[in-house]
Amino acid sequence: MSNDTLTARRAFMSANDAVSYGVRLCRPEVIAAYPITPQTSVVEKLSEFIAGGEMDCQFINVESEHSAMAAVMGAAMMGCRTFTASSSQGLLYMCEMLHYVSGSRFPIVMMNANRTVAAPWNIFGDHRDSLAMRDAGWLQVYVENGQEALDAVIQAYKVAEDPAVRTPVMVCLDGFVLTHTYEVVSIPGQREVDAFLPPFVPGENVLDLANPRSLCISVAPEWQTEFRHQQQEAMAAARRAIAGADGDFAGVFGRRWGGMVEEYRCEDAEYVLMGLGSVMGTTRLVVDKLREEGLKVGLVKVRYFRPFPNEEIAALGRRVKGIGVIDRDVSFGNAGALYTEAKAALYSAGDASPHTVNFIAGLSGRDITKEHLETMYRKVIALTEGKAEREIQFAGLRWEEW
Amino acid sequence: MKVKDLSDSELLYGHKACPGCAAGTVARLILKVTGERTFLAYPASCLSTVTSIYPQMAFSVPSFTAPFPATGAVLSGMAAAVKAKKLQDVTVLGIAGDGGTADIGLQALSGVVERGDRIFYVCYDNEAYMNTGVQRSSLTPFGAATTTSPVAGSSAGKRGVKKNLFEILVAHRIPYCATASIAHTADFLNKVEKAKNTDGPSFIHVLAPCPTGWGFPSDQTMAVGRLAVETGLWFLAEYEQGRVKMNSVPRNFRPVEEYLGLQKRFRHLGPAERKLIEGQRDREWADMREKWGF
Repeated sequence: MSNDTLTARRAFMSANDAVSYGVRLCRPEVIAAYPITPQTSVVEKLSEFIAGGEMDCQFINVESEHSAMAAVMGAAMMGCRTFTASSSQGLLYMCEMLHYVSGSRFPIVMMNANRTVAAPWNIFGDHRDSLAMRDAGWLQVYVENGQEALDAVIQAYKVAEDPAVRTPVMVCLDGFVLTHTYEVVSIPGQREVDAFLPPFVPGENVLDLANPRSLCISVAPEWQTEFRHQQQEAMAAARRAIAGADGDFAGVFGRRWGGMVEEYRCEDAEYVLMGLGSVMGTTRLVVDKLREEGLKVGLVKVRYFRPFPNEEIAALGRRVKGIGVIDRDVSFGNAGALYTEAKAALYSAGDASPHTVNFIAGLSGRDITKEHLETMYRKVIALTEGKAEREIQFAGLRWEEW
Repeated sequence: MKVKDLSDSELLYGHKACPGCAAGTVARLILKVTGERTFLAYPASCLSTVTSIYPQMAFSVPSFTAPFPATGAVLSGMAAAVKAKKLQDVTVLGIAGDGGTADIGLQALSGVVERGDRIFYVCYDNEAYMNTGVQRSSLTPFGAATTTSPVAGSSAGKRGVKKNLFEILVAHRIPYCATASIAHTADFLNKVEKAKNTDGPSFIHVLAPCPTGWGFPSDQTMAVGRLAVETGLWFLAEYEQGRVKMNSVPRNFRPVEEYLGLQKRFRHLGPAERKLIEGQRDREWADMREKWGF
């Protein structure tokens, strides 16, 4: 089965396989990757597609994650659509390259299987790896399930390659909870994806024999600020491109993910939980249960962490009484990364600011149960009713009542 | 390659290198052979700082500054793109210094050679991290003073010998690799042409004397380069089709003193250490004769 004959169908697969199908449908010309758990099955599947003649793509087996991103950058500056994937220590090893790619404005798409960072050593998931890359100049999108993973990859190329954006995108999947969990996923047809995502046109940012130029250059202090300002402007343009891509995608494929954020039962909500990624799936169930009890609860899934949905969160803050932010990470010496940024966004509400509390949960693969989430809602409600709560708390800590 | 066949066109204009810099000459000569259909990568190095500070760009071929450890890897990506775009008759070229090649860049260099990609990698070896202020690298020779192997108190220049980059590449069974000298220009150009035409990875390690870092007058670059070969402290060799061939075997070595004495980086060495360097040279050549049979 070659790419061209790939027709829309439904299949039972892991979210990693869903990413691989998403990538295949986007027709990258060069993939370079280094294996790391729990990303590995993505690059294995893509290797199989290429080896079996189902994808027309160059696959480079590199000797490190640093070289993986360097190789795709080399191909991207020659005008190729590219892909790579990583996780955890591998992403950190790649860190230097992430800055090269974003500063040079190559629209590379990568998948990150979210996994904690050593030490202590652990292969299971939290968000500390990708959130540590917050300032690398990449767009970051966090997905909730396999279908969103597949769709987010296709949308990521659309956004990254938008001439006003030209900035790389990292698609983040919770390690194991998503990457290795099987569910039914709709695979779009190749023809529909081709119509949504035409071949990559790199514009002027390309090595061209007919018109030689230098890329990835050094820039002296008298110019550097202007280059940085352009990157910031690109992030502003990305907000529009994200909304546009989501809308266009819905028009073709019938699925809409919400752009920067997705709100669930927030129309009249007074108490909300906010978070990234797979935990939002469980939280929906808890919202439904508490709604049956008559509690006005909702959830806000933050999809894009960069650019950050400041406006959306500020608007929410003017409507609700209390917000609990779930962070599957902690920035030692302060709070969770999402909480820090959400709280900054809420500042604009002034005296009308809602009560906020930060729940550090699900670190290094620990389950976040429905009971945990229900407790979080009840704590947010109690906080708004005047009960004292510590602002930053580790959910379900072994030696404390929860 | 005949001198009369050498291109008149210059693909490197107006760089800001120090007077007498061999790196600029190396790049200029290579591009005369590889020509306009060259995609060039160079990592953080003297070459990048003197050619590519926005908005002044000195190369007239498509080029970019590669990340310091990653020249080999970006060349792989470019070679893959050449295949993906079905480009014909192009050279994917990397030019990196000794630090960017033999130290931080060694892993990526090993990777691209092992994969067998069609790329051409040149290491211009000025035997230290020159543009950051002459710090020692693994290719700095025994005894040389640098700012991180200084001559002061208990320290008397670099200890430990120069890493053998040629043999590292030979151990990869690379299709073509050679050593060269800026002062043996015809030999160098012939090797560049062979490397360019190699169907697979090719590598040239060229000694590039540095007036600033080594401490000799800027009109002596070629003389110093020639003396390195004539004293036997640098060798000219090629590895192809599984064999090493020596291009120049001096019948009698000139005294090492003639080479060392021209350079400030060796001026602290006493007679015993100079004798030691001579002994190291003789052992190296005896080893090479035995291994490669010349």
